[in-house]
Amino acid sequence: MNDHAPPGAPEPGSEAFEAELRDEIRRELQTHGDGSAQSEIVELRDVWLSFGDHEVLRGVSLRVARGGTLCILGGSGVGKSTILRLMLRLLLPDRGEVLIEGRDISAVSRPEALALRERMGMVFQGSALFDSLNVFDNVAFPLYEHTRLGDGEVRDRVEEVLSFVDLDPTMVLPLLPSALSGGMRKRVAIARAIVHRPPILLFDEPTSGLDPITTRRIDELILKLRRELHVCVVVVTHDVRSAARIATETALLKDGKIIFSGTPEEMHATEDRYVRAFRG
Amino acid sequence: MRSNAFWRSGEHTSIPRRAPKIVPDGSARRSAARLARDAIFRMAFAVESYFRLFLRVARACLSRPFYRGDLVQQMDTIGVASIFIVMLTGLFTGMVLALQAAVEMERFGATVYIGRLVGASTIRELGPVLTALIVTGRAGAGMAAALGAMRVTEQVDALRTMGVDPIRKLVVPRFLAALVMLPVVTIIGDAIAILGGLLIAVLTLDFTAQLYINSVWETLAQTGFVLTVIPIDLIQGLAKPFAFGGIIALTSCFHGLRAEGGTEGVGRATTRAVVTSSILILAVDYFLTQILLVMFQW
Repeated sequence: MNDHAPPGAPEPGSEAFEAELRDEIRRELQTHGDGSAQSEIVELRDVWLSFGDHEVLRGVSLRVARGGTLCILGGSGVGKSTILRLMLRLLLPDRGEVLIEGRDISAVSRPEALALRERMGMVFQGSALFDSLNVFDNVAFPLYEHTRLGDGEVRDRVEEVLSFVDLDPTMVLPLLPSALSGGMRKRVAIARAIVHRPPILLFDEPTSGLDPITTRRIDELILKLRRELHVCVVVVTHDVRSAARIATETALLKDGKIIFSGTPEEMHATEDRYVRAFRG
Repeated sequence: MRSNAFWRSGEHTSIPRRAPKIVPDGSARRSAARLARDAIFRMAFAVESYFRLFLRVARACLSRPFYRGDLVQQMDTIGVASIFIVMLTGLFTGMVLALQAAVEMERFGATVYIGRLVGASTIRELGPVLTALIVTGRAGAGMAAALGAMRVTEQVDALRTMGVDPIRKLVVPRFLAALVMLPVVTIIGDAIAILGGLLIAVLTLDFTAQLYINSVWETLAQTGFVLTVIPIDLIQGLAKPFAFGGIIALTSCFHGLRAEGGTEGVGRATTRAVVTSSILILAVDYFLTQILLVMFQW
């Protein structure tokens, strides 16, 4: 089954389009003058974490401004996904603070943590769609769990987000996840993550295992999320090209520490040997 | 070992986790004593996690939210879908019991008591235990595999990120469904087993159906009644599957939610679930029998 691109969607490979979009995002970030727009919505302060005797994170500090897109880069097994799990409080740090909209999610009570989780949408590496539910039930799941919307409103909202991620609702709604291609599963997962309109979106390796064209489409979708929904995005990836397309900030993780932090252009310009080796 | 996120992980009581493996420091060969100590440590951790899960499930059964749709679906999966295989098992068990009893009792001219033997052994022991073992192999394995697959494909984590407690959503409906449906399918299995004995008694031993049924009823009646109409034997026969239902659901969900390591891990979790459930059923059957014997003073 093929992905369905929207009519008039930008051609994959249009470097000029992406550059323009990135500049537009930066301009937007700079022009917000009300203070709130510039405040950090997600922040890690000196976070340490170990599994047994294995130290995974050693004093990691990160911050993402409201409306920004942070790409956390690094090799396999360095603890990139662990950072997302800390943000969601699926893990607790040994030391340090994980601030979500100014509140330490690792220190608040469980009901407060659940409330903070509802402020985030997560797209897992393998999409993590519920096998036994069709696309409609998957995407509607957060709405049925946390809102009292009627069936009609839920259906409208589900169709709206599926259209947003460039899927034809009438075609995909009754399908089970097993009947979808990798790219479509990823889009449905994104639809599920944004259906309750969270201000923060977390992506774990969103383009892993996808072909270059689908990768571009997912990247464009992340840019579109940022541009049209004004959400804060944190992306964990090892794909440097993808990061260069979508990020307003990048951070490179190695041996449990952030060894580089800056814009994609700064990353491209740096002379650090490891960074240069990593970007290839 | 230092305290770390593994031990203090968010909502660590909600997901039964596997004890961390002890990593050798490389400075010395691990002694047999240390291996034994590690094994005991892991086992103690697993037992603690199991009881922690039980307490969380018990608490969740008493508070909102409830997932009624999931409960009905699980009653169908665990109970209704198991009825045919339980009936088959019951039929052949009853027939074999009657055949074997006939051989032994004929020596003493006591074939008239075949109904008693088939009825008593089926209702008190064989019915509940065999049904539980069959449901373990069928539904318990399915539960462990389904939850294991959800765990390794991050679906359980996805539930948690959406603010949904996996215990309430996944474990409680299965637990309640098993508690309700195990006694139901056990009664059906018992009835079919007694019917199997009747077939043998009538077709091969030239019994009348009335004689056989009277013999079965005498067994049920001899231990007395509760509330004047419910035979005490039947109470015992229903108390056991109630407990076995809880064991099957809890053990299967416990191992399913601890699955790790991809599809191979799901397979391991499923095997563990079936083996542990089967052993627990047989062990708990012994202790329950002792307790019930004391309670009803047989």
